[in-house]
Amino acid sequence: MRSNIAKIKLVSSHPEVYDPCDDSFALVDALLADRANLIDHRPSICMEIGCGSGYVITSLALLLEKECPGSYYVATDVNPHATTVTRETLEAHGCSAEVVHTDIASGLEKRLARNVDVMLVNPPYVPTPDAEVGCRGIASSWAGGEDGRRVIDRILPVADGLLSDKGWLYMVTLTANNPVELCVQMRKRGYASRIVLQRSTEEESLHIIKFWRDVDALLEANECSEIEKTENGLPHFSPFSFWNYGNRTAN
Amino acid sequence: MRLLTHNMLSSNIKGVTSGFPLRIEVEKMVEKEVELNADFLRNMFAKVEWKALVEASKTLGYTELPDNVEPSMLDSDEFLNRFHHALLELHLEEGALVCPETGRKFPVNKGIPNMLLHEDEV
Ligand SMILES: C[S@@+](CC[C@H](N)C(=O)[O-])C[C@H]1O[C@@H](n2cnc3c(N)ncnc32)[C@H](O)[C@@H]1O
Repeated sequence: MRSNIAKIKLVSSHPEVYDPCDDSFALVDALLADRANLIDHRPSICMEIGCGSGYVITSLALLLEKECPGSYYVATDVNPHATTVTRETLEAHGCSAEVVHTDIASGLEKRLARNVDVMLVNPPYVPTPDAEVGCRGIASSWAGGEDGRRVIDRILPVADGLLSDKGWLYMVTLTANNPVELCVQMRKRGYASRIVLQRSTEEESLHIIKFWRDVDALLEANECSEIEKTENGLPHFSPFSFWNYGNRTAN
Repeated sequence: MRLLTHNMLSSNIKGVTSGFPLRIEVEKMVEKEVELNADFLRNMFAKVEWKALVEASKTLGYTELPDNVEPSMLDSDEFLNRFHHALLELHLEEGALVCPETGRKFPVNKGIPNMLLHEDEV
């Protein structure tokens, strides 16, 4: 059966809003590939940070519509045109997500703490001079500052606060963002991770990472903070060796 | 903006301690019917601040929610209908959310609350 996702011709647009692009499609493809797991997951509260055109949150809502009816979707963007366009895109598809105009999740952080079961982020990830980050206009959709990490590094701690015990985070990154280091960093917060989709386009190499809270990672995070006091620098494991590393502490 | 969202928002201004619940100023509200999902409501019941929902509903003109609740009420269809209506079918389209501590207004336009802070509020 072909799953329902947002239709490009129904996605609204505005000159200052990021149109669905390779990164948006990669994120939705990752969700499609993970659809059966998402349905088993039965998310009550789903959130997108930086919703832009609304293509991604609308696709998630459509993807889960039949099997998980009645989930609550909330999408944020710092760009007022993006929030309007997202609302129009949702309406054109008959979806009902809530849209909030804010910086990351400011205003929602307290009451939604530890309540978000699925979080989606396609952040501004392009390496640019720091001065371009968060400036007005369309450039703020992609401008990520040094290593493209300025906004990502602000989003991850917020995501950590919002994700429920069973919460999943799907995030778009670029090779230049150093996805492996992001996984290591999140592991220290108690998250396991997997690169669920990798795609090279003419301009960039995209990685969609999925993060989830993991008991082993949490135990290890405590252990790690001990190790770090004696060793300097990052432990040298790849995202794949996380598994073994995690199992070691499982006994 | 649904009242569920209102129930999940609080004033994020620097120095504000609780910032919840935001007072609602209504210019325009709408009702949109959606299908009731009992599992979702049971799940949300634990997360919702009841008093804030009752007050917010009253502001939008809906007075059928009981002031006091307990989980056993979730077995009643009558109660679920009312809870559903208040939480998911009443929308604030135009108006403002007012910080209970500072009186700062967060505008709501076309159903979208604007929680962006000014530089001196961060
Ligand atoms: C790469 S675009 C992705 C848009 C859409 N999610 C998609 O996949 O097509 C990044 C979006 O994040 C938004 N954004 C940038 N900084 C933000 C911030 N601090 N808080 C919320 N949204 C932000 C931008 O306005 C833009 O809409």
